[in-house]
Parts: sequence; structure tokens; C-alpha cells
Amino acid sequence: MFKKDIPPTNRSKVKSSAARALRQKLLDTYPGFEPYIEEIMPKKASLEAVKLPERATLYTIDSNPLFFQRFDDPPVPHLRLIHAFPSALPTVQIDRGAIRFVLSGATLMAPGLTSPGGRLPDAEHALEAGQVVAVKAEGKEEVCLVGALKVGTEEIKSKGKGVVIDEGHYLGDGLWKLHLD
Amino acid sequence: MAEVADSGPIESQARRVVYCGVCTLPPEYCEFGGTAKKCEEWLKANHEDLWSRLHSEDALNANLSELSVSVQERAAKDAAKKEAKAAQNEARDAERKAASKIQIKRVERNKRKYVTVIIGLEIFGLENKKLAKELGKKMATGSSVTRSPAGTEEITVQGDVSEDVKEWLLETYGSKVPEANIELIEDKKKKKAEGPAV
Repeated sequence: MFKKDIPPTNRSKVKSSAARALRQKLLDTYPGFEPYIEEIMPKKASLEAVKLPERATLYTIDSNPLFFQRFDDPPVPHLRLIHAFPSALPTVQIDRGAIRFVLSGATLMAPGLTSPGGRLPDAEHALEAGQVVAVKAEGKEEVCLVGALKVGTEEIKSKGKGVVIDEGHYLGDGLWKLHLD
Repeated sequence: MAEVADSGPIESQARRVVYCGVCTLPPEYCEFGGTAKKCEEWLKANHEDLWSRLHSEDALNANLSELSVSVQERAAKDAAKKEAKAAQNEARDAERKAASKIQIKRVERNKRKYVTVIIGLEIFGLENKKLAKELGKKMATGSSVTRSPAGTEEITVQGDVSEDVKEWLLETYGSKVPEANIELIEDKKKKKAEGPAV
């Protein structure tokens, strides 16, 4: 989604009422952030909006990127935020062979998750299509990709092929490299 | 830029992640960033403990043993290609930087009135728009980013301030801009035929 570098753009302050709504939305989508919300978005801090290509908007506080949103899609946390609070999102894991493709912006395909190095949640904790997940990599600690699932995890397991995440935010993409200062 | 400073007034629960100073990724992903060698050097110099953990014999062997040989070879080839490309890019960039000049032009606008046009800043990693604003503040005149007929962007500062601009550039951005690459030009006459030809 952010394969190209993003040119520096204007930013604007978000009204506090809009900021409150966003905060609520973030909590609704990711209950995992609940314990940390005061730290992520303190009530007093002023939220800023930065326009991104494809009509997406990135929200920041004091030049720290927090999350981005496209239209009224669920907000997606920036990878830096996920690195700071890794437990907030459901995680899946890809095998080592897939890392280099993911980091060059390819869509994530099912075999990377179903192979021995990958990991998917068990049936009780199955994730639905559309759920935003963080993707870890085999042998690594940090998350390397975040995006919305195209198919549910159970379907991935049964089918074992096809696209899983096609528009994500990965390490080293335009959004990651975006300078905010 | 190397670390996330997420320390709030309340007790911070955020993990602090170290990011590589060369490729900005978390160090464990440096091998995929295309500048693996430089990253490794950086890590060794700045975070010795992390370096010893990531580049120890065991860790390297563990990485390799999990892949089949053919995949390993392909990945290695890929990485080498990427690295070569990155190195090439960098070399080209440096060359371009050395060859190109920042032109500070004094253009006559009216008999005794001048504007100063600055061209070629973006090659040195400076942002036109931001700089224009700063210059306007510094020189206390109007300053804006304009499009030249050739389609490139340039900064136009009102008044004859070429000397001051040069001085200011060297003072504030001296690390990015070598003095030899700044050129002062005086356009005495306004050439009428210049318009579409350029």
C-alpha cells in the first residue's frame, strides 16, 4: 500500500472532539490497547493528521506516528506503535523464507503461514477475514507487517494457498520511512 | 530516529525498540535491508550487546539450517543483488551530489530591484518548501517556492540577498552542502527570449 516513498505533506491539528472519537474507535477495534491508551494518546496531547496517498490519513502525536486510516476502514496501528506494545494485536507468524518477499512489498500468501515455520492461532481463537493482524517472522522478535486479513485463519489452514494480506504496512515501506519532524 | 521515545508522564509500559541507524529497521531485519554490512558495523559500534547476540555463530547457523539448500542459495543471490544495487545507488547519489551545484541567482526585476533565485537544493536533501519559509523569516522578506519554466522547483526570495543566503546556507546546513558547490550568479539583464526555450 505504501510501496512508494511518501512526499512530505501538510499536517493539520485534529479537533479534540474528532480526536476523542478516534480514540474510542481505536479502543473498539483493538481492545488490546486499553491498558496503554493513556500512554499512547494522552487526553491533553494534540493529535495531528498527516495526509497520505490513496486518501489515507496518518495520525501522530509530537511527530510519533500512531496509526493510519483509510476512509472509514478500521484504523491500522503504525509498526512503531506495535513494536512498543506488541501484545495489543492478534499475531500470526510467517516462515523465514517469506520474510524477504514481505519486506519488499509482496502480498502475503498462505503457504508462508501454513509451513512449519509459520504459526496461526488455533480453532478457538480463529480470526475472521477483515481483522487487522500483526505478522511476526520465524526467529525474529519484532513484527514486520501489519494489515487486514483477506481470508479467515481457518480458511487459510484448510486451503493452504492464495492471498492472505495484500495491502499492508511493512518494515521499510514509504510509511515507515516517512520523516515527521 | 534510532529509538522510539514513548515515555509518557505516567509509568511507561512501552517497550523501547532499538532501530538500526543505517537502514532504520529493527536490527534483526537488517539482513533484508540491502545494506547488511554497514548495518552490522553500525550495530557493533552502537549496541555491542545486540550485535553479539545477532551475529554470534549460533544465531547464524540457526538461521541457515532451517532452509533447504536451493532456497538458501536463491535468498543469498537475492540479497547480494539487493546489496549491489544499494551500493550502486549510493555511489551514483554521491557522484551526482559532487557534480551538481546550488545556484544562487540574482535576477533583475526592475531597474534597482532584484530577486534572488535559488536552484538545486533538493539534490542535497533539503526541502524547498521548508527552506523557503525559513529564508523568508531570516531575511525578513517574501520568499516562496516557484516553478521554473523547465518544470523544476526553485526558491524565490525577494531582494538582493545572495550573499546572505550563501552565508546562511553554510551556517545552518554546512554539513550537507559543501561550499564549493554553491555558485553565485548575477543576471544583469532580463532576457526576454528566455521564456519557452529553457
